[in-house]
Amino acid sequence: MDFIIQNILNALQWGSFYALIALGYTLVYGVLRLINFAHGDIFMVGAYISFFVAGFLIGPLAGLSPLMAFLITVPLTMFLTSLVGVTLERIAYRPLRRKGAHRLYVVITALMCGLILEYSNLAVLGASRLKFPELIEKQIWNIGGITLTNLKVMVIVAAILVFLFLQWVVTRTRVGMAMRAISYDKFAIPLMGIPVDQIIVVTFVLGSGFAGLAGLLFAMSYPVLEPFMGMLIGWKAFIAAVVGGIGDIKGAFVGGFLLGFIEVGVVSVFPSTYRDLFAFTILLLILWMKPTGLFGMPQSTKI
Amino acid sequence: MKRSIKNLLLVSLALLLAVPAFAADTIKIGFNIPLTGDIPEVGEGSKNAAEMYLADINGAGGLEVGGKKYMLEFIYMDNEAKADSAVNAALKLIEQEEVVAIIGPNSSKQAVPGGGTANENRVPMISPWSTNPNTTLDRPWVFRAAFLDPFQGPVIADFAAKKFGAKTAAVLFDVANDYSVGLAEVFKAAWEAKGLGPVVAYESNGTKDQDFSAQLTTIIAAKPDFIFVPENYNQVALIIPQARDLGYKGPFMGSDSWGTPDLVKLCGEQCNGQYFSTHYAAAGAKGATKVFIDRYMAKYGEEPADYAALTWDSIGLMVEGIKNAGMVDKNPRKMRQAIRDGLAAIKSFDGVTGSSKFNEQGDPIKCAVVVKISDEGTFVFEESVCP
Repeated sequence: MDFIIQNILNALQWGSFYALIALGYTLVYGVLRLINFAHGDIFMVGAYISFFVAGFLIGPLAGLSPLMAFLITVPLTMFLTSLVGVTLERIAYRPLRRKGAHRLYVVITALMCGLILEYSNLAVLGASRLKFPELIEKQIWNIGGITLTNLKVMVIVAAILVFLFLQWVVTRTRVGMAMRAISYDKFAIPLMGIPVDQIIVVTFVLGSGFAGLAGLLFAMSYPVLEPFMGMLIGWKAFIAAVVGGIGDIKGAFVGGFLLGFIEVGVVSVFPSTYRDLFAFTILLLILWMKPTGLFGMPQSTKI
Repeated sequence: MKRSIKNLLLVSLALLLAVPAFAADTIKIGFNIPLTGDIPEVGEGSKNAAEMYLADINGAGGLEVGGKKYMLEFIYMDNEAKADSAVNAALKLIEQEEVVAIIGPNSSKQAVPGGGTANENRVPMISPWSTNPNTTLDRPWVFRAAFLDPFQGPVIADFAAKKFGAKTAAVLFDVANDYSVGLAEVFKAAWEAKGLGPVVAYESNGTKDQDFSAQLTTIIAAKPDFIFVPENYNQVALIIPQARDLGYKGPFMGSDSWGTPDLVKLCGEQCNGQYFSTHYAAAGAKGATKVFIDRYMAKYGEEPADYAALTWDSIGLMVEGIKNAGMVDKNPRKMRQAIRDGLAAIKSFDGVTGSSKFNEQGDPIKCAVVVKISDEGTFVFEESVCP
């Protein structure tokens, strides 16, 4: 029993990262119909930004206590990472959109942007891995044979809060209404006086900002950073978003946790070689039964 | 202005054409090393050692073969710590650069396929760091400077039984890494042969994995006396803290892939107090080993890790092989054959990682050491085990 509960906690933590990244994919897709393949790498950039921000804050120049540094690192990382996302939109996606390029070209551009981020990181910082400093003092709680760390709880709570926040933004605010409107008809919407470009920027700010948060939390949980850390987890989170129904906030959230649960569940029973085989077979079966994903709608009114 | 550019172009063109003219008096050796990828420290350490050796030889006017001095030329090719890239790097060195011999790849994951390429193309190769038997098995063109896993596995099992008084063991290994899989199997057999108790958990992970909580939960539930982790240092730095987070309090035991200063940098205090087997211990070295370590420290500001020392010894072996060849042929094919025969003729070798004798497979028989990661994060000699 302990074994099962412990693995459920493991899966919740691992799934939280998939969910956080999948939310960013789904948000951008929902508004723009663009699969932002650079999203996993924005997550990686977020982890590196948090490394430098935190390193500076606890370093001799600023000299803050680790906890204080953490409290400042969270908003600063989210802000700086969202700038990266907005920059990408500005220099890569918007020009193509202006010229009315087919969506396929924008997707390929996104893929290239991701590779550029990876390899420019490799070129600038080198291949050596970086060690993320310990920001919050780790506490290990042992409750009847089940161990839990404060970090694990924080990651899970953060994923849930981000989901609730995005759900609220999309369904309850005027910006969210505008997002849904653009998703519905991006040609008629400018005629209604909705500033399309600004809304798209807001979308990228939200998506990239939370990728930055995910990067920070990931770096705290798995404190070894490398330039390609975002690639695989980004692809898997994208698949999670598709299985949940891409374009749907709830779908990304559920899809992320579903993938986390399947992966941890398979590894805890079978040898790890079967993990991706089983995980993607199950996901394939889900898509086979429901091609639009768990929460996706067949028509074009997504998000 | 225009004229000067034209002149410059002409001069540089002339220089380009002149290079092959010099090349006749040089011996080209290729290095197939991981400068990027999962274990960049290994590639860098190897390159540092090689540069130092190169400066020694060429600074003295070159390597004397058959009464004439030849300059050495080293070509470093990045294999990204990937198996397929190691094959490509080897082919590039052989076909484009036309090297007469290859040093590397280091890790067995690349050395097993890379050795196959070298053997098929009839190019002598020395792997400095690979411990998997398959690297040199039935490959007359492939040699190595390190001991083998069938020797390392029992060393680890014996040490853990003695030091921890362990009855049960658990293993966590990287299923996509030849080195890790091979050593895990050898260790499991060695542990079970001791008859103290079973291997209670035998779990695996992928090379790019960052989360090991599911495997570790299974391992910890089996209550082993110690966990053996034959993985690369970057993964060890994630595994040990995660095991502690999941409530594991017992010891870990590692293998020679741990022996990187980066392990301590990435892992922090959580890795202190653990043991691993390796090729040599820098602390307390004497004689030629100490001279090497001091020179390396003075030049690069850090202790040479085992792969740097083994690369140094591999170059030493290669030089010995070239000297045994006794001549330098302009035809790379003939030169390769001569170097291979020269290498095969080496019966024993005294290097900075100890002295070794060579068996008919081209494998050295040499001692292993077990080191402890001290509380200051340095590698301290614990004991030496000889075959």
